[in-house]
Amino acid sequence: MSEKSDLPILIVKNLKVKLENKEIISNLSFELKKGEILTILGPNGAGKTTLLKSLLSLIPFEGEIIWQKGLKIGYIPQRLPFIKDVPMSVEDFFKLKNSSKEKIEKIIEEIGLNKDFLNKKIGNLSSGQFQRILIAWALIDDPDVLLFDEPTSGIDISGEETIYSLLEKINKERKLTIILITHDLSVVFKFSDYVICLNKNVICQGEPKEVLTSQNLEKLYDKEIKIYQHHKH
Amino acid sequence: MDFQFLYILITGILIGGVAGYLGTLTISKRMALSIDPLGHLALPGVALGLLYGLDISLCAFLFIILGMILIWYFEIKTKLPTETLTAIVFTLGVAITFLFFPLDHDELEQAFIGDISKVNFSDVLFTLFLSLLLFFIVKKIYQKIILINISEDLAKIEKINIKKYNFLYLLSIAIIVALGTKIVGGLLSAALVAIPAATSRNLSKNLSQFSFLSVLFGILSALIGIFLFKITGIQAGPLIILSSVFFFFISLFKLN
Repeated sequence: MSEKSDLPILIVKNLKVKLENKEIISNLSFELKKGEILTILGPNGAGKTTLLKSLLSLIPFEGEIIWQKGLKIGYIPQRLPFIKDVPMSVEDFFKLKNSSKEKIEKIIEEIGLNKDFLNKKIGNLSSGQFQRILIAWALIDDPDVLLFDEPTSGIDISGEETIYSLLEKINKERKLTIILITHDLSVVFKFSDYVICLNKNVICQGEPKEVLTSQNLEKLYDKEIKIYQHHKH
Repeated sequence: MDFQFLYILITGILIGGVAGYLGTLTISKRMALSIDPLGHLALPGVALGLLYGLDISLCAFLFIILGMILIWYFEIKTKLPTETLTAIVFTLGVAITFLFFPLDHDELEQAFIGDISKVNFSDVLFTLFLSLLLFFIVKKIYQKIILINISEDLAKIEKINIKKYNFLYLLSIAIIVALGTKIVGGLLSAALVAIPAATSRNLSKNLSQFSFLSVLFGILSALIGIFLFKITGIQAGPLIILSSVFFFFISLFKLN
């Protein structure tokens, strides 16, 4: 079976996103093929989460976003601050998706936790464990594409490393296409086939080794300093 | 055992239990305080019912729905937060009650804190029907509302019709607050929804415990309140709420 097809499963053309009359993303175009890992790199406030949300049609946008027909998409949000308002076990959380017990147990093992976690209260999990549960929650319906929004803080270094190797494992075993938001350069080099450097405009895009030149990175993060200075007033 | 007391018990248990169940959704929506205004909105309805001998829950329900429509209309017209608009509308409820519905002292007391001794057989049937209806609605929307409350984004991706489920939830709240006016009055009926769920949240590890304990505390508070009323002759409304708060205090010492 030839798994990698050269036809793109996602085409984005001239994407423009405005929130409250402020342009967050302007003129972004790219394509994504099955099985690829795409990272979106950029400083805080660059529009990374906004990009993911527009890909999911959660917010209005201009331009074109064309997914291959019949594609299932899983989404892992940056955080779910309200989940602790309700006393809920890990199993309860999966049951919100009407998943069967067997499926839940299987997926829990796949992401490297054991069955005992099903009875744990969500609020008592460590940030790394919770991140894994979110990944499992997205995976349980066997999606074709996974959209992962990296938490900006709260996951310890060792936890973070294993999360990415977990994502890489899932990518290989499930032939899953992954779009991954990160602000961590090493993640881009280690795990991705393609990178988009975003700071409202696209600063660069292509294979990480080719496009992440020191010149481009300076351009990408230089703006961040200006933005912060601007916001301080 | 006299039938009147049996009617009171059945009505109290039904309303207390269903209010507790629904309350777990309210807590997950972080909306416990916003039900209070609905009780105030119910006041002119209760007053109208008392003056003209109509069913007070039915009249209360109509006024709550009117108030909700008004808040919804204001929301479209201004950018003020819902909380501010709710404050405007619910004080309007109290003002209207005093201006247009001249009640004597006893009637006012009944409007504010309820008078469960007035419950009759048709009230029992009416309450039974609505409680069962509410129970099934809440059961049906439960999982979806929880997911919406955790994250509207995830709910949208799961293709959940958020507006439809929120509407069913609000309708349920309007019905339970209106029903509650019969046993604890307009000022206290929001507490039937909020307190048992808060108690249960302190004690629960998972969702089924959360709703089960909340129903249980709702029923127990109603039972204790009604028996104390039978013994002391003090109005049942405040006694039910006090029992409910008593359980809440105890739950503080066994926080989960």
